[in-house]
Amino acid sequence: MTASDLERREAAVGAPRPAAPGWLLRAASLAALLATWEIASRLGGARALPGIETVAVALVDEIARGGLLHHLGATLFRVVVAFLLAMLLGTAIGLAMGRWRSFDLLFDGWIILLLNVPALVVMILAYVWFGLTELAAIGAVAVNKLPLVAVTMREGARALERDYAELAEIFRIGAWRRLRHVILPQLAPFIMVATRSGLSLIWKIVLVVELLGRSDGIGFQLALYFQLFDVARILAYALSFIAVVQLVEWGILQPLDRRIGAWRR
Amino acid sequence: MISQLSVEVREKAFPGADGKPRTVLHDVAFRMAPDEFVAIVGPSGCGKTTLLNLIAGLDRSFAGSVRIGERHPSAARIGYVFQSPRLLPWRTVYENIALVFPGAPDRAAILRLLDEVGLGEAADVHPARLSLGMARRAAIARAFAVEPELMLMDEPFASLDEATAERLRRLLLALWRSRPSAVLLVTHDLGEAVELADRILLMSNAPGRLLADLAVPLARERRGDRAAVEAARMEIRRKHRALLEAAMPECVVAQR
Repeated sequence: MTASDLERREAAVGAPRPAAPGWLLRAASLAALLATWEIASRLGGARALPGIETVAVALVDEIARGGLLHHLGATLFRVVVAFLLAMLLGTAIGLAMGRWRSFDLLFDGWIILLLNVPALVVMILAYVWFGLTELAAIGAVAVNKLPLVAVTMREGARALERDYAELAEIFRIGAWRRLRHVILPQLAPFIMVATRSGLSLIWKIVLVVELLGRSDGIGFQLALYFQLFDVARILAYALSFIAVVQLVEWGILQPLDRRIGAWRR
Repeated sequence: MISQLSVEVREKAFPGADGKPRTVLHDVAFRMAPDEFVAIVGPSGCGKTTLLNLIAGLDRSFAGSVRIGERHPSAARIGYVFQSPRLLPWRTVYENIALVFPGAPDRAAILRLLDEVGLGEAADVHPARLSLGMARRAAIARAFAVEPELMLMDEPFASLDEATAERLRRLLLALWRSRPSAVLLVTHDLGEAVELADRILLMSNAPGRLLADLAVPLARERRGDRAAVEAARMEIRRKHRALLEAAMPECVVAQR
């Protein structure tokens, strides 16, 4: 073994083993999934599980003629509005509960009750009480999500450091700057948790409200093609929806995560 | 004497474990001149931090009054160096100071201050990457950045090794000379108090009372001089032996 070999070996031991590039692993994982799908389709029969090509054709056709983009847009609109409503109200309620003991005692029971009401019950009641309207649909989704946000943000409020509050008071940091630079960074991890769990829950619930009482949206289309037993189109809609969720994850959530966590060593 | 700070705490109590109030401070009264450096020395747990919090206006539930330049503490510019550095971990060293800077942050002034405390290179570093000594420097720089009328320091050199603590004490004296203000420093270390302060207020075990108000027999110009500091410390020990032993038996016997 020569000296340079030794050096190389030492370098290899000292430095972390170079991992395969992230994109390569992701691509391999996706390829494996697609291959499994195609094989399953050939073995199990194309009626129950159409192959990749059939689904791709259905997808293009739905985009061109079936109004997939319209339905996707309708669903996204409901997701965004319900999400914002649940986050804003849930955060306000949660922070108040974490901050004031009496508020917590007053509303704790309600939150537990709401947490345990099945989503379906809320939706049915909303439609019965407010009719098959957009407002009822979005409201039902928001109400499902709200208690989870409140509970998460209550923990966030409880975790606020008293030390930093004292610091802000002594150094006369004004209310707005205190909120922006002292309090929000402490709440950021809790907001991220509420956002992630919230989105994943809302995506799913919105489809059910659409199926029950709307005449557009991905959920409505899925119900329609279920009745027609058109699995290729069901998959096409499901995939387009998953693609959007992934884009949100990569385009918004992950960059946000990185920004928030930049200071951690 | 024009007093920059006047403190008169008749009594401060906290609810104890059994629900009955437990007195932590009793009849603590003193005054400070605008450019005076005063050290409060006493055993751990005698209410020193509580006293600083009353003076800073953080805690208002006590019998008595605190005036800074004839005003309530909440109306005064106070610099506070806490026992732990308390830097916001999500902000860089520079940003931590910019946040408390009165008015719009003056980048040049902040960088100059960081240079003075030896953190010129670390301005854009997050606190997690700093050693404790460096974090303490940053906390001291932050407290001076507000150009305080009154500087409160709560054991700012605790849990540092002696060499680092000594360097930071020199640094503090240099900063204080170039930016004079009233400084009230809490410590359990008599030697540290002698090295830094004009006066030493000796506090008793809990409930904390003022036992004595001692002038330090050492001219300000000679504070960097180890031998002079040591001599002054011995002199105080000799003259006030009984008092010191009553206040903090374990601290006096032990050498620093």
